[in-house]
Amino acid sequence: MTFWEFANPRVFMGWTEKVLPWLFGIAALFLATGLVWGFFFTPDDFRQGSTVKIIYLHVPSAFMAINAWIMMLVASLIWLVRRHHVSALVAKAAAPVGITMTLIALFTGAIWGQPMWGTWWAWEPRLTSFFILFLFYLGYVALWAAIEDPDQAADLTSILCMVGSVFAVLSRYAVFFWNQGLHQGATLSLDADENIADVFWYPLLICLAGFIVLFIALVLYRTRTEIRARRLQAMTLRERMA
Amino acid sequence: MPDLGSYATEVGLAYAVSLALLGGIILLSVIRARRVARELDAAVGRRERRQE
Repeated sequence: MTFWEFANPRVFMGWTEKVLPWLFGIAALFLATGLVWGFFFTPDDFRQGSTVKIIYLHVPSAFMAINAWIMMLVASLIWLVRRHHVSALVAKAAAPVGITMTLIALFTGAIWGQPMWGTWWAWEPRLTSFFILFLFYLGYVALWAAIEDPDQAADLTSILCMVGSVFAVLSRYAVFFWNQGLHQGATLSLDADENIADVFWYPLLICLAGFIVLFIALVLYRTRTEIRARRLQAMTLRERMA
Repeated sequence: MPDLGSYATEVGLAYAVSLALLGGIILLSVIRARRVARELDAAVGRRERRQE
């Protein structure tokens, strides 16, 4: 079976029905373990005090907010090149989950920033590009809702997704481009010397895994709904024409 | 419960709001999935009745 056959709507509904309970279970296990470990069993930071516990929500949600958009970009490109309907629906299904991740990152960042930086918000490169990414998410969902023809909606939202990708990349790498921001450098790095202390690092990795698996599970679950909604829309149109 | 010191409000609020948002997107996804499945079943039923 080739990769594309897994994305056939009928085949997709079959295999996702089997894997989704496992994915939701694994996500719940990772999130419960990581958050309980991080919240109850890690020490305070010597400078940031107990606010360091916000890292277990802020970093994974920000990571997923950016990477959800990148995933939507890949799905949109597949739609534009191959006209594969499920890929367009995957991108559509991911957007509200991406909005949620962005909101969590913005909210926890503001709450963390107030006691550490003395301000809830600053118009600095990383925060500003992240906020613009949030606006792109809202625009993306609004555009899907505004256009009745699903193929035309998929075309236009794919183009919007490509434009918004600039800000997804910018919000990830802004701290490297400009050095005048309040925001610190990357927390997650493959270079061991760059990482935070192990006592915070391990629960953070588990939380990150939990957010990733939860995102995948929610996108698959919501894509199933979008496939059904599309079939319902086609049947309703046929009923009206009959 | 760990001693969160003077930042108890900030940390508590961050966890409460984040978990509420995560719970919200899961709940909304389930509600929409059930509504769409119900409407699709009804549409399939109508089509089958017409074909009989």
